[in-house]
Amino acid sequence: MADLDYQIVEEAAKETYIRALCDLPPDVRDALKRAYEKETNPTAREVFNAIFKTIEIADKDKTLICQDTGLPIYMVKIGSKFPWNGYQIKNRLTIGARRATQEFPFRGSSTHPLTRVNPQTSVGEGLPVIHYDFVEDSDCLDILMIPKGSGSENMSKMQMFYPAHGIAALKKFVIDTVFETGANPCPPGIIGVGIGGTADLVMKLAKEAIVRPVGQRHHDPQVAEMEEELEEAINSMERGPMGLGGKITTLAVHIETAYTHITQNPIAINTQCWPARRSRAKIYPDGRVEYGY
Amino acid sequence: MATHHLQTPFTDEVIRQLHAGDVVYFDGTLFGIRDLTQIYMFDQNHEPPVSLAGMPCIHTAPSLKKIGDKWEKICIGTTTSTRMDRFSPDLIGRYGVKAIIGKGGLYEGSLKAMQKHAAVYLAIVGGSAALETKQVEEVEEVYWEHLHPEALYKFRVKDFGPLTVAMDSHGRNLFEDVKEITRKKLPEIYAKLGITI
Repeated sequence: MADLDYQIVEEAAKETYIRALCDLPPDVRDALKRAYEKETNPTAREVFNAIFKTIEIADKDKTLICQDTGLPIYMVKIGSKFPWNGYQIKNRLTIGARRATQEFPFRGSSTHPLTRVNPQTSVGEGLPVIHYDFVEDSDCLDILMIPKGSGSENMSKMQMFYPAHGIAALKKFVIDTVFETGANPCPPGIIGVGIGGTADLVMKLAKEAIVRPVGQRHHDPQVAEMEEELEEAINSMERGPMGLGGKITTLAVHIETAYTHITQNPIAINTQCWPARRSRAKIYPDGRVEYGY
Repeated sequence: MATHHLQTPFTDEVIRQLHAGDVVYFDGTLFGIRDLTQIYMFDQNHEPPVSLAGMPCIHTAPSLKKIGDKWEKICIGTTTSTRMDRFSPDLIGRYGVKAIIGKGGLYEGSLKAMQKHAAVYLAIVGGSAALETKQVEEVEEVYWEHLHPEALYKFRVKDFGPLTVAMDSHGRNLFEDVKEITRKKLPEIYAKLGITI
């Protein structure tokens, strides 16, 4: 185990949280602009104008795009050639999230589920959420930070269908969820869909789906085709930005898949609002940090 | 779709001129309220220490910092209104609130109160806190400070908007109208995706 200064991980955890809240990824900005060009409904165009003004102010003033600073989620990919200490990574991500909240400072939203006491730290038992994965032939520690607001997270849904229900049931579940959730997840955002796996894995897949850059399709052509098909269907609903009517109801449908049990056909939906916030830090063994999205 | 530039307080005449789909900007006073503010008012029977009559109320839990006696804004954004629907008819009927601002809309009971007492629901663009914060000139007062960040806030705003009249005082609810349009399209969408019901 080489001696990496884990202060670097703590700083990156703090910095990515703040960056994610203030600086929207370029792919999301481009997708919003493309959507605006297609939109003809005057109310919807007014919504887009407010969105663009918001992004402009956040850029200029280095301020929060949305007041809901969310619950912190870190998706960590550890390269096979990166010298790492798992406990240190977990510990420093937690401290970094707390420091971002208290030093910026912004509203902490983490709360005890029964007493509802809010420590104003954004962390607490079980938080931040950290997902780990391991990558071959990489010397990098890749940290993707997602501040997940409740407007969209509250609209999450999952269902354990059976094989007999077929693919049609999955498609219907997506359409019906978008119909029911309407204006609440602050559309037009990203509809993240998980298909396959177990009950816990399927929701994790849906979460991974919302952080894929807008415009990227799934590597499997069959899945990519389903993404396109659902995207087109949702954008023919005329629900529009903020549910006030219009052509654009979603920027993208992203699907992630995993093998499942022969008797199972699970699906999960995790929606992401138009401020589809994420920020990335890549840390190298020499202590170098590269920030991105 | 008309655009209105208004000044608070709002009279009944002004409110009756607003129709679903119109766009509103306004200057003047804006009160901030949230779940806990209204639980405190309506479930625990505390009278507001300031008159809300003729005024707009926004669903918010602002990030503020107190420097000496003065509250400074950090970030003021809007939350989902549906959670607070049950308080809205009384907010309008008992306290004379003329506009409720939020995202997601309210239900039938609130719409009826709006028709009866001349009030509207104005939909803001959710997630656009940076813009809202800019349009708040000053945090003039924080009442019931112990409830912060869900206290009762008095803001002074300039060109606050764009806000879409989503529920008007004539019984129209834009959210419901749009939902109905989508509902009618569902069979066609199902058919195209090979879904049989």
